[in-house]
Amino acid sequence: MRLDWEIAKRGWRRYAAYPWATVAGAFTNSIFGFLQAYILLAVYRHRAAIGGFDAADAVTYVWLAQSMIMTVYIFSWWELAWRIRDGSIATDLARPLDPQRYWLAYDLGRAPYHFLFRGLPPFVLGALVFHLHYPSPLDALAFVVSLTLAVVVSFGFRFVYNSAAFWLLDFRGVVTLSTTVVIFFSGMAIPIRFFPHALRELCYALPFAGVIQTPVDIWLGKREGLALAGVIGLQLLWALVLIGLGRVLLARATQRLVVQGG
Amino acid sequence: MIEVENLSKRFVVRRGRFRRERHVVDAVKEISFGVERGELLGYLGPNGAGKSTTIKMLTGILVPSGGRVSVGGLDPSRKRIELARRIGAMFGQRVQLWWDLPLLDSFQLLRHIYKVPPGRYRESLARFREVLELDAFIHTPVRQLSLGQRIRGELTAAMLHGPELLFLDEPTIGLDVVAKQRVRDFLVEINRDDGVTVMLTTHDLGDIERLCNRLLVIDHGSLIWDGGIPELKERYGGERVLVVDLEGPSEPLQVDGATVERVEGPRQWLRFRGSASELTARVAAAARIVDLQVQEPDIEEIVRRIYMR
Ligand SMILES: Nc1ncnc2c1ncn2[C@@H]1O[C@H](COP(=O)(O)OP(=O)(O)OP(=O)(O)O)[C@@H](O)[C@H]1O
Ligand SMILES: [Mg+2]
Repeated sequence: MRLDWEIAKRGWRRYAAYPWATVAGAFTNSIFGFLQAYILLAVYRHRAAIGGFDAADAVTYVWLAQSMIMTVYIFSWWELAWRIRDGSIATDLARPLDPQRYWLAYDLGRAPYHFLFRGLPPFVLGALVFHLHYPSPLDALAFVVSLTLAVVVSFGFRFVYNSAAFWLLDFRGVVTLSTTVVIFFSGMAIPIRFFPHALRELCYALPFAGVIQTPVDIWLGKREGLALAGVIGLQLLWALVLIGLGRVLLARATQRLVVQGG
Repeated sequence: MIEVENLSKRFVVRRGRFRRERHVVDAVKEISFGVERGELLGYLGPNGAGKSTTIKMLTGILVPSGGRVSVGGLDPSRKRIELARRIGAMFGQRVQLWWDLPLLDSFQLLRHIYKVPPGRYRESLARFREVLELDAFIHTPVRQLSLGQRIRGELTAAMLHGPELLFLDEPTIGLDVVAKQRVRDFLVEINRDDGVTVMLTTHDLGDIERLCNRLLVIDHGSLIWDGGIPELKERYGGERVLVVDLEGPSEPLQVDGATVERVEGPRQWLRFRGSASELTARVAAAARIVDLQVQEPDIEEIVRRIYMR
């Protein structure tokens, strides 16, 4: 536990070492927030509600999603794949430490940094300019739990697609494809609720909804009581499945591992 | 401490983008050797000989394709994590420290990874700071260190937890003469005083000559020498070279017990075994000698001869 804490601190510091990247990123998220918010508001001029979201829900969705992008690290994460690719993974394996545990702790240290410095500033800006919806205290608490699980689900998936580098020298395709899948099925590009019925149900069953859509639904009070426990339970289940899958892949890989480089 | 029997590693590489061709590289071919506790062992071989591959199998990072390995009584690839606590490994060409963190920060993290008690950590860190002179850059992020500074950091990182066995893959790469000497002295010290078993690969023959009491030489994946350095010199370096300057250019000399290796104008190089004065007398009988010189083979020359066989 102490070790995980120490690793998490390094995860935080690693990103804190590049403050200008953070500033530039937060700026970009804000620009996209405005862009998406104005597009959706234009759509809502002709409709009162879409998929159970009113205009304020939709704009809140936009700003929450923009703020969560980096916290859940939705875009391509390559760190592990590159370490496999250039053979640095050998270093990790030479230590008395499970690589998945290491990277999970590292990611759980990184996420709060991005939450505070990449997430909060754009959200505050959005809140100042637009009319947003805010959660009840209970929903706020559930949101924090759900967001934490979202980080783990996202990490579990990122670890799995990075593991492809153990088998494929050309793993870029896998990473790009996986990133596109998450962006679409998590509701990052368009809320899942805007999809046609069948697609929407499919999306909610897949792990990716748990990365963006589920925490946002909870914030907006769309999940109460049993339904709330259900969606958080589903997130937890997917987190365990993906972490478990990552473990299996890692164990397979290390038994037939080819470390690159002299 | 280490037992290796018929150890092999075969890499299967697929070439070509579409019509994939299987191509087999036998990086290590059925090598066998043993290492006792407390030895300081050099592992030598030309580029691509299979040194790093061997070290990776010994540390459990690579699974052998054949043969048997036991390190400290453990099967490295099966008991990798258990073994990792007891050994230290350093791969000179790789960055093992955390790129974006100050050196000291990496050390502190390693202390937790290896669960080193605070007292012992403080003690050994103080020792490394002094011997490897880390103080000037211990608060600098690793990405800003020079190669030599980083290597000193990597060495510390490999040894902070007090391993009983140390694998060093090119530990003196990129070090200046002063730092190199310091590292060598330090390795001798931990080997002698702390009884740490050390196996190191290097291309710097100075390391081997000053440090190792035993030498393994590998070439094309096969072990071609296992023994002491004096024996190696005896075996491969028994021949010396007599350089004679004659009065003028001439045909290669024909003398018993020597072969002319090279002729450059009036100067000739004669390779021989045995007594130099006897040979000189024979040469003097055949031609007038203006000047002469006897060359002893140095270890570099010996190794070059072994590699070129
Ligand atoms: N991952 C790999 N895939 C295919 N071939 C490999 C791989 N790693 C090493 N080899 C091959 O195995 C052989 C031995 O490589 P190794 O890295 O062990 O050499 P080395 O003795 O450490 O050389 P150097 O002195 O250059 O470091 C080389 O022919 C190399 O091409
Ligand atoms: Mg090597």
